Amino acid sequence: MIKARVTVTLKNGVLDPQGKAIEHALGGLGFSGVNSIRQGKVFDVVLETSDRAVAEAELKAMGEKLLANTVIEDFSVEVI
Amino acid sequence: MKAAVILLPGLNRDRDMIAALTHVSGQAPLTIWQTETSIPDDIELIVIPGGFSYGDYLRCGAIAARMPVMQAVREKAEKGTRVIGVCNGFQILLEAGLLPGALMRNASLKFVCREVRLEVANASTVFTRGYTQGQILRCPVAHHDGNYFTDADTLADLEANNQVAFRYTAETNPNGSLNNIAGIVNRAGNVLGMMPHPENLIEAAHGGSDGRALFESALGLVDA
Repeated sequence: MIKARVTVTLKNGVLDPQGKAIEHALGGLGFSGVNSIRQGKVFDVVLETSDRAVAEAELKAMGEKLLANTVIEDFSVEVI
Repeated sequence: MKAAVILLPGLNRDRDMIAALTHVSGQAPLTIWQTETSIPDDIELIVIPGGFSYGDYLRCGAIAARMPVMQAVREKAEKGTRVIGVCNGFQILLEAGLLPGALMRNASLKFVCREVRLEVANASTVFTRGYTQGQILRCPVAHHDGNYFTDADTLADLEANNQVAFRYTAETNPNGSLNNIAGIVNRAGNVLGMMPHPENLIEAAHGGSDGRALFESALGLVDA
């Protein structure tokens, strides 16, 4: 089995109102040095295959077909 | 013209939509469950209602857009069948790639449930020909993710091709949508997605009937 992590982040230039709200809340807690926060998603995936190349190809297809909306999001795949 | 309403778990405006279509056309629409893989040939209008399909898990409309019935909707749309997606239905059409762009969390981060003013930005589509260009309509909205976004090139294309069907008036934009976009059509003009709920303004008992002409247009009941 292969464990992997798919990370989905907003593309540059896409507004992130949730990230902004979190940034403000951190400021309110006294964390004054935060320049910016962008919110994303993490998917921890366990695959049956033990073939790393197969796993990477599958995860990339999953990212493109469902996990990310590539209109507004980028994703990266990391086999752990 | 025969209409069909697509049903998915978590939608909650399906009954309103069925009632609106029945009231306007005089016949109840066919209902089609998400696992169906084909849509009858005689269906000329497909409507995807609003709600919270699949609990808005992952992204609004993301899971619904990948259900079998959506492939059938895509095939019909490519042949020119009219398709309307309202609210979650709009989100589903975007996630399915039948319309360009994405709907993001409202700029205010709040769920908005109120009446807005809509400008008919293009009264020559098959969905809006019952209105006059620039007409201002009353229409309710109820959503958390209605903030229309797309890249600058796609936005320029939408505007250049008159694909913006409805805009919020600047004062009533409830969600921060680019260019006050409330509803768009595809390039071919047979697929409409919109966040506001025209199905809730059909008859006097609703407090107004500004939404009625949209269904009359889509059902071919208005002279072209």
